Amino acid sequence: MLETDHIHTQLIQRFGPDAFQQQITADRILTLWTSKSNIVSIIEYLKSNNFPFLYDLCGIDERDRAGKEKLPVADFTIVYHLFSFKQNEFVRLKVALTGEYPSLPSITALFPNANWYEREIYDMFGIRFEGHPHLTRLLMPLTWQGHPLRKEYPARATEMGPFRLWDEKQDIEQEALRFKPEEWGMQSHSEDSDFMFLNIGPQHPGTHGVLRIILQLDGEEIVDAVPEIGFHHRGAEKMGERQSWHTYIPYTDRVDYLGGVMNNLAYLLAVEEMAGIKVPERVKVIRVMLCELFRINSHLVWFGTFAQDLGQLSPVFYMFTQREKIFDIIEAVCGDRMHPNWFRIGGVAQDLPQGWDRLVREFIVHFPKELKQYNDMVLRNSLIKARTKGIGVYTLEEAIEWGVTGPGLRACGFEWDFRKKRPYSGYEMFDFDIPIAQNGDCYDRSVVRVEEMRQSLRIIEQCLNNMPEGAYKADHPLTTPPIKKHTMQDIETLINHFLNVSWGPVIPPGEAMSCVEATKGANSYYLVSDGNTSSYRTRIRTPSFAHMQMIPYISKGYTVADLLSILGSVDYVLADIDR
Amino acid sequence: MTVMQHIWIVLGVLFVFLNIAAGLIWVERRLLAMWQDRLGPNRAGPLGLFIVLADTLKLFFKEDWIPPFADKWVFILAPAIVVASVLMGLAIVPFAPGIVVADLNVGLMFFLAMSSLGVYSIVLGGWASNNKYSLLGALRGASQMIAYEVFMGLSLMGVVMLSKSFNLTDIVAAQENMWFIVTQPVGFVIFFIAGLAETHRLPFDIPEAESELIAGFHSEYSGMKFGMFFIGEYLGISLISAMTVTLFFGGWLGPAFLPPVVWFFLKTFVFIGIFILMRASLPRPRYDQLIGYGWKLLLPLVLLNLLVTGAIALWLRS
Repeated sequence: MLETDHIHTQLIQRFGPDAFQQQITADRILTLWTSKSNIVSIIEYLKSNNFPFLYDLCGIDERDRAGKEKLPVADFTIVYHLFSFKQNEFVRLKVALTGEYPSLPSITALFPNANWYEREIYDMFGIRFEGHPHLTRLLMPLTWQGHPLRKEYPARATEMGPFRLWDEKQDIEQEALRFKPEEWGMQSHSEDSDFMFLNIGPQHPGTHGVLRIILQLDGEEIVDAVPEIGFHHRGAEKMGERQSWHTYIPYTDRVDYLGGVMNNLAYLLAVEEMAGIKVPERVKVIRVMLCELFRINSHLVWFGTFAQDLGQLSPVFYMFTQREKIFDIIEAVCGDRMHPNWFRIGGVAQDLPQGWDRLVREFIVHFPKELKQYNDMVLRNSLIKARTKGIGVYTLEEAIEWGVTGPGLRACGFEWDFRKKRPYSGYEMFDFDIPIAQNGDCYDRSVVRVEEMRQSLRIIEQCLNNMPEGAYKADHPLTTPPIKKHTMQDIETLINHFLNVSWGPVIPPGEAMSCVEATKGANSYYLVSDGNTSSYRTRIRTPSFAHMQMIPYISKGYTVADLLSILGSVDYVLADIDR
Repeated sequence: MTVMQHIWIVLGVLFVFLNIAAGLIWVERRLLAMWQDRLGPNRAGPLGLFIVLADTLKLFFKEDWIPPFADKWVFILAPAIVVASVLMGLAIVPFAPGIVVADLNVGLMFFLAMSSLGVYSIVLGGWASNNKYSLLGALRGASQMIAYEVFMGLSLMGVVMLSKSFNLTDIVAAQENMWFIVTQPVGFVIFFIAGLAETHRLPFDIPEAESELIAGFHSEYSGMKFGMFFIGEYLGISLISAMTVTLFFGGWLGPAFLPPVVWFFLKTFVFIGIFILMRASLPRPRYDQLIGYGWKLLLPLVLLNLLVTGAIALWLRS
């Protein structure tokens, strides 16, 4: 707290006390409201004073918010999350905007990764950013009408009336699909050569999902690449506004669909922070164990498909076989494999089943041997080294500038892991190392991931050997499903139980952001509650979004074949990008 | 030999190799599955052998689609070239004493000429498809094949020097005492690598490179035209394996308890197996790395091999 106070005083000294209005939030992140005329200079000041990392940038439609009288007058709010590695602190800046379709200055000149975030806000809220180089829709189709995250925009298909595709409308849609390089910010020819435009995707074996990358090629050399995302956009953030706090959990499973319960954790940490729930030790350890199993799982998928992208056919089969073994454990514990939806507000769904320790122990015993084999097969192969060393390089400064987190950041030689630096869910109790590498190329990112699997295994082993006894759910009225123990004895508990089952819990008003080290990088849920049965705003900060945004920057000058190494080594999940 | 005998040999070779090529569908999938801890096709017929039939039928009944933007006649011609050129190449392979379609005195040159023709199918197929992925595949294919053709020829010159003949029957006969693998190991390695490149199999499947170029030069092909490329590839594997056996592993020669033809095919299948093992184990280099590897490493090596072989041959004669 001292650190953030320090920043606060600094800011007040620099910009005067009238420039800010502080808001107290449940997550105790320094939250300052400011005006749009100041925001660029404030961010510029913070960037040069230990806050070099634009962690997240999102909007909130404040018009329907209950209890907004206590906050500055705003129809819309733009929320900037800046992070300081040095002080290990977040700063949250909020800009209040008024009017139907307001605008504010862009910060793309300060942070290159603000580009997509601002486009996303424009797409979702219709808020314009002055000075943005290419302010077009990002996730929704270019012909889309309306801005989905505005409160007047319907959340259910049934509220929208039946869909009709008139002939003229079809013509317009078809015409909008015609490719014009200029619309994507590309030239069709330079002084001495005509470029070839190659669509990688939306259907392509190398993109691991529905992603389109438009390549501007000179021969096989990539002059420019423009990713088109949004094919996987399901409106996960909008769904958060109509699902109850409890029934939203299964949706989180599907954000980073390889991360499984790790997404639940990111969401629940924020909810529990607002509700003031302290979970028992056993819950923490169970959660950590499952998260680490999922981390290994996700890394195995990456490992196999990465090798396959480089033309090695076999590894993916071995790794998926191993993944099945992990799924056996997960299925035994959770009853489901990929999307177990198993964590609950204040705990987990059930206690660990009998015999879980035997399954986990078997896995811990044989997995290191297998992993060594895989490592020898893939990463020690000289052809793989030739394909990945020195490809897709970025420096630490570039990584921070583009918002890279997770293994991609650690591959630049920076020992930063949120599990270690800002421990959550009891990670401070575990003994593990943060693997790093030095060069920031495709190969180093791979080496880091493989080593991470070993470290995850260490954590799982510690979970196994030190599993605390106790309850698998916190004793708190807001946990889900609500505790039934005393319902037959006293009427208060019965009413409470009835309401929490039928409506779901009411989380007290407030704001909180969680931050977990997910499989691919930092994953956050920034939740705003206005004291209702569902969240007022659910913002999901995903690592893949930032990483995908960086791909054009790191693939220029390489060949088409290298692009596949880069895509493979970045390890994204399309659902994690588009949400 | 009578005319009838000749016709029987031609038909026999055609029958055997087309069946081998078709059978390789099953062999490759089962072997790959074995190495990848899977089962592979095991349902249709004994050991899943009828998958060959099922696959062939499927290919025949698929819509034989010619894209409207393609250059129709070239598009049709391309898959025919690959099969034709490989089958022509098989004409000079002696399977056993007397069993050879054409016992040419320039047999080896004929083989090199025919395998060079194969590149046309890739270039024409990729060009006629009028598809960017196909075009990239074709461009890669052309430069790869041209590069590897050069030292495929050169790698065999050591064998020619030692056997003093371009005729394959003579070359086999010259290995009566010692297989050329002993005297020409470098030649063998380079020929085999070039052979992999000629058949564009992994790790040299740059023209197809499914994770980058969808299916490369044959992205637009379907039905039996695709089937021709498919069969052409398997025929190519068989041809390179058969040639490796003929040139370096004594062809039909072997202990007398098995007939020569059996020895020949046994050895050939070992090499076909190695082709498939390569596919199961190796990743794909980048296209410029592959070409660089060819010109910068293999070419000097093959020239050195030639020099040393020539020097030793001269020294032995004097």
